[in-house]
Amino acid sequence: MTGTEHLLRGVAPLGGDPTDLLLADGRVAAIGPDAAARARTDARVLDAAGLVALPGLVDLHTHLREPGREDAETVRSGTRAAALGGFTAVHAMANTTPVADTAGVVEQVWRLGRDAGWVDVHPVGAVSVGLEGRRLAELGAMAHSAARVRVFSDDGHCVDDPVLMRRALEYVKAFDGVVAQHAQEPRLTAGAQMHEGVVSAEVGLAGWPAVAEEAIIARDVLLAGHVGARLHVCHVSTAGSVEIVRWAKARGIDVTAEVTPHHLLLTDELARSYDPLYKVNPPLRTAEDVEALRAGLADGTIDIVATDHAPHTREDKDCEWAAAAFGMTGLETALGIVASVMVDTGRMDWAGVARVLSSTPARIGRVDAAHGRPIAVGEPANLTLVDPAARWTVVPEAMASASRNTPYGGRELVGAVRATFLRGRPTVLDGVAVEPGEHA
Amino acid sequence: MKHLLSAADLDRTSAIEVLDTAARMAATQGREIKKLPTLRGRTVVNLFFEDSTRTRISFETAAKRLSADVINFSAKGSSVSKGESLKDTALTLQAMGADAVVIRHQASGAPHRLAHAGWVGSSVVNAGDGTHQHPTQALLDAFTVRRHLVGTADEPDGVGKDLTGLRVAIVGDVLHSRVARSNVQLLHTLGARVTLVAPPTLVPVGVEAWPCDVSYHLDDVITDQQPDAIMMLRVQRERMGADGTGGTSFFPSPLEYTRTFGLDARRMALLPEHAVVMHPGPMNRGLEISADAADSPRAVIVEQVANGVAVRMAVLYLLLAKEREAVA
Ligand SMILES: [Zn+2]
Repeated sequence: MTGTEHLLRGVAPLGGDPTDLLLADGRVAAIGPDAAARARTDARVLDAAGLVALPGLVDLHTHLREPGREDAETVRSGTRAAALGGFTAVHAMANTTPVADTAGVVEQVWRLGRDAGWVDVHPVGAVSVGLEGRRLAELGAMAHSAARVRVFSDDGHCVDDPVLMRRALEYVKAFDGVVAQHAQEPRLTAGAQMHEGVVSAEVGLAGWPAVAEEAIIARDVLLAGHVGARLHVCHVSTAGSVEIVRWAKARGIDVTAEVTPHHLLLTDELARSYDPLYKVNPPLRTAEDVEALRAGLADGTIDIVATDHAPHTREDKDCEWAAAAFGMTGLETALGIVASVMVDTGRMDWAGVARVLSSTPARIGRVDAAHGRPIAVGEPANLTLVDPAARWTVVPEAMASASRNTPYGGRELVGAVRATFLRGRPTVLDGVAVEPGEHA
Repeated sequence: MKHLLSAADLDRTSAIEVLDTAARMAATQGREIKKLPTLRGRTVVNLFFEDSTRTRISFETAAKRLSADVINFSAKGSSVSKGESLKDTALTLQAMGADAVVIRHQASGAPHRLAHAGWVGSSVVNAGDGTHQHPTQALLDAFTVRRHLVGTADEPDGVGKDLTGLRVAIVGDVLHSRVARSNVQLLHTLGARVTLVAPPTLVPVGVEAWPCDVSYHLDDVITDQQPDAIMMLRVQRERMGADGTGGTSFFPSPLEYTRTFGLDARRMALLPEHAVVMHPGPMNRGLEISADAADSPRAVIVEQVANGVAVRMAVLYLLLAKEREAVA
């Protein structure tokens, strides 16, 4: 592979000492004083002084909506948004139409991602046929397809049948898969609209109690321990869930957990506006929960940040709360929020950000041969350059996602993605998307 | 004040202003010619996404007695499940030049969205939204309580006064009740002390932040607190008995509910002499209230209905006419 070489001058890998990086032939070709000397004369030189280099970000939880809801997002529009957010790989959730519960559908999504060229798209396979929670989907066929599925999830629905959950956890061991659970006890959350607590009592929206999440997580960690399987818990949202995961890890259970950027920042107080931009599942919780999630992320109880990017059309959000869809976009704001709530506050350094947004999600998703690698000579040149000091204001109309349902409009974030490289090719430069082919 | 969305929108001064205005309106309703020219040329739309003939008629009567043009827009049965129709309906009303929209909707917050989503420029009056608020019901209840318990021979409506020192018990399905939420806020604002009485299953998680007490024992509340007013909430049929999906009823049986939380002759006898009995209607006689209690001279349930018109006239007047007077 020969393409443009990129020489990044004065960049700080993981926020460490500034140095030079040479990206050539899709790999990190040289680091340090050596880099400039080894660059070809036609290498493109980027002044990266003041920028932090991270391994390209990896999202374990993205809704790309294609096939089925191309009016909300397509693989192309969603992965372009992902690149702008600093991602080089995303896991595309299975709740599409048709559901990604066969080798055919996951291969279709995988190909759409490859053809778009913005990030590596790794389809997630459904656990159950049609997400209906009755019988196992073709887990093995999806695992052995061209998409090489390793993450299985009925996300949007909880695998609430304990026997089905047990079987899934056991079955995917054969190909080193993981079940990613959307933890929501359905009977306790029938008709639920928001976190059950002081605010729901006042605004009269049906409550989604914390126990409905915690009860499923408690059951699942015990099941995973019992059968010796790997469990991943999607979008942990309550202080109690953090405690349960902490307990499970202390017992040696092979569980990982994710938190979304919005659960690290926003609270249920926002529901007082009745603006469905703040309607999400699991719901925004209390300030105490937010604090427990930040602490859990800092101390490693929560392994990763995943966006749960959930684009929705205007019709699905410009209505009354009860009629609106759950979910918010997140790919383009994830890094800024993590930088704002974790780095800017001194709770995490940039190596920590690389861990929670790149190396650990890559490892959980078993895409760590190409992603979430150390920044070292010979490694794939999947990199993200971040300006840690940049302050920027979120403008929904300026987002690359095909949908506008960001809850952060008007909010100022610190920390901005300046460039993204996928196997040495820039997908983003100076904060602007570089269309594939422009720098071939 | 541009909208009336919640009882929480009213501070003590503005709440008393509404009640005093309602007293003036009620006085005009004793006359032979009840109609006032106040809102001539103004358009009030009753936008009802949920059946409630009594509330709609009350608002309609109030608007007509102020000489407003009234358009009744019943959206029930149209495709409201997707919600887009609220916005589309709102845009239609905007085009028709509605000055005020009185909205009843099954979704909590729908009036709030109508007022703040940028769909319409008119005033919005919440006529009941989901399990959230029903502020004009709270106002008419406060008006009724004030007239009976604060009014004097010289000043039968208690004009200028609040409800300081009065004790009010609200009994029944608090969890699903917009009437309870509105009343707790307004009665507290006006200085009354409120106790909610319900089985624990019908009290919302989070109630501890409300400005009231909570009890699970009606007899204790009646005996120990001697409430000046007792408000019985309607128990919806769908809250009781098995629903076929595994027993989600909120209490074991209607009989047990009535025995524990119903207002009957025995409990009436334990109430203080002066206590008034209220019910927002429609009543389930024999369930939350016995015929003895409902038809007793201390029941002011029919009067609540009449006061509803006066209170709604006051609200429409204050939202539409007063604003214009202030500008002119
Ligand atoms: Zn989910």
